[in-house]
Amino acid sequence: MKNLADLRKIKEKAKMEMASREKNVKYRVVVAMGTCGIAAGARNVMSALVDEIGTRSLKNTVITQTGCLGYCDQEPLVQVFEQGRPCITYGKVTPEVARKIVADHIVGNKVLSDYVFKQN
Amino acid sequence: MHRLHVLVAMDSHTIAQGARSVRDTLVKELALAELTDEVKVVETGSLGIYNKGVVLVIFPDNVYYANVTVLDVTEIISEHFKKGRVVDRLIYKQAPADQDIKVDELDPRFGKQQRVVLKNAGVIDPESIEEYIAHDGYEALGKALTEQKPDQVLAIVKDSGIQGRGGAFFPTGVKWGFTAKTQSDVKYIICNADEGEPGTFKDRLILEGDPHAIIEGMALSGYAVGASRGFIYIRGEYKMSIARMQRAIEQAREHGLLGNNIFDSDFDFDIEIREGAGAYVCGEETALIESIEGKRGEPRDKPPFPGVVGLWGKPTVVNNVETLANLPQILLNGAGWYKKLGIPDNPGTKVFTMVGNINNPGLIEVPMGITLREIIYDIGQGIPDGKGFLFAQLGGTTGGILTAKHLDLPLSVSSLREIGAGMGSGALLVVDDSQCVVDMVKNFVEFFNHESCGKCTLCREGTGRLLEILEKLSAGKGSVKDLSLIKELSETMMRGAFCGLGQAAPIPILGCLRYFEQEFIRHAKDKVCRAGVCHLETAAEIKAA
Ligand SMILES: Cc1cc2nc3c(=O)[nH]c(=O)nc-3n(C[C@H](O)[C@H](O)[C@H](O)COP(=O)(O)O)c2cc1C
Repeated sequence: MKNLADLRKIKEKAKMEMASREKNVKYRVVVAMGTCGIAAGARNVMSALVDEIGTRSLKNTVITQTGCLGYCDQEPLVQVFEQGRPCITYGKVTPEVARKIVADHIVGNKVLSDYVFKQN
Repeated sequence: MHRLHVLVAMDSHTIAQGARSVRDTLVKELALAELTDEVKVVETGSLGIYNKGVVLVIFPDNVYYANVTVLDVTEIISEHFKKGRVVDRLIYKQAPADQDIKVDELDPRFGKQQRVVLKNAGVIDPESIEEYIAHDGYEALGKALTEQKPDQVLAIVKDSGIQGRGGAFFPTGVKWGFTAKTQSDVKYIICNADEGEPGTFKDRLILEGDPHAIIEGMALSGYAVGASRGFIYIRGEYKMSIARMQRAIEQAREHGLLGNNIFDSDFDFDIEIREGAGAYVCGEETALIESIEGKRGEPRDKPPFPGVVGLWGKPTVVNNVETLANLPQILLNGAGWYKKLGIPDNPGTKVFTMVGNINNPGLIEVPMGITLREIIYDIGQGIPDGKGFLFAQLGGTTGGILTAKHLDLPLSVSSLREIGAGMGSGALLVVDDSQCVVDMVKNFVEFFNHESCGKCTLCREGTGRLLEILEKLSAGKGSVKDLSLIKELSETMMRGAFCGLGQAAPIPILGCLRYFEQEFIRHAKDKVCRAGVCHLETAAEIKAA
């Protein structure tokens, strides 16, 4: 390490890896992982989300999971919480759709209306 | 990228309670569950929580689990990590009523605490230099070496008003000034991590929780005074502190943050660890220097002070761990920021280890000027089992005595001096009313007698005679005359002992005698121990025997 720029490069990379410990993040992506969700493929959806967010180095986003949301026929369900905005729930999410959620909704700031199951 | 981070507090206390096996089991079970890519296990320093066994913190969910054993690991993984269902029975509950508490209240940054020195402890992985860097680590050093002259760094430290956290509260900037001014080809920085005060373990937890902050602080100090070698003197029992410090030094060297031409400047600095053998007196700076030189650890005459004539006769800055850990923050945020913490006479925060008869013992950091009531009843959650507060001892075994009437005194160096006490190094012992004052004092004196190095007569003989008198009193064989003897001996030691050990040893003795004289008199005259702790031989017993 020769200068402050080198130091900051390490800093940015490390901060990215530590993002899930941050308390003030912009997006919280929640995957419903009840028995129903897992049976419908939520695990693969989760992996796709983790991979996509990781590859894109999105520091403002964390992924968590929750139990059954009560709409088992719509599983896998993914909710996107954005600070100061209504929560969007996507239904019947596949790994491909999960990647699109990251690309369009979180990066592009555009809701994928075709897959929205519920908005509140 | 990991979606979940599991923080396992790994310090010497939690390891004793099984943290290492919980961590190992977690790692093993996560691999079996094929979750290694999604869930990261992070070892971190002390969370400041003591009586709750192994504690895990789960991010981003912000869940604290307490008293976790290896048997709970599979349930946590299958319920929480896989399905997002929090394992209720393991949720941290706070004493005294074991009530549920809001997660944010558990965050040590919440409430009356203020975290500067401990800002990374329990937050980052102390074995990862990257995580330290992510939390602004080495930024202050980088800025200093590339943008500031040594005297600018010195001026900021002076202006901040920071005072030494080793107990004496001597202004750090002034101390550095002496060394900076002295011409010499070689100068040294010593980090005093001897921490021999019973009940004090704050330096240990800083060393274990944020070792890079100490390296950065030492390098900043070296730059300011013109020193290029540093030593960390750590007591040998602090195995984990030594290991983490050693690892941090190696990482810093690999990244070019120690060694030659740091940040491409012409500043060279490197650090070596020296292990102490655990003699209390070796925490005294000149005895410590003798010990590093390979001699018997006995204090030297002062002056000359180490700042001018120190290690191998060269100008040497000796600073406490906590003092050094403050420096990166001061350089980063400015002297003005630091002065706003605490009170004008004593800026900043103080780290304490709170032990004794208290509901929530642990490691705390509070702004100077806080009251004892806030520490004991708000942060510490009061005294267990409905017992009353008898006294608190602030600053370790040589610390002063504070009683109920001092509960609302804002703690500062001068307010404490007025009542014959001092801030000390950072132990807070809380004593409830089921304890006997005479017995406590006897315990203090046993310690001093054991640790007196024997160099000067007053301390060597004084502690011995004091112990004899106290043993007599607590066995019911004393007399009221002994009280004035204790006073006289103590006062003589304070005035005449060679070093701080003998000079400070009488402080708690005189404090207890002042506030609890009646208790001493009852032992001496009525042969009665209020608390029933001392075994007094009564006249009836002697007759019966
Ligand atoms: C008997 C005795 C024991 C001491 N033990 C320690 C100790 O364990 N750690 C420490 O930092 N200072 C200890 N000191 C104080 C040191 O002599 C010295 O003042 C201190 O390390 C300076 O650092 P500071 O200015 O950062 O507080 C002790 C002093 C005496 C007289």
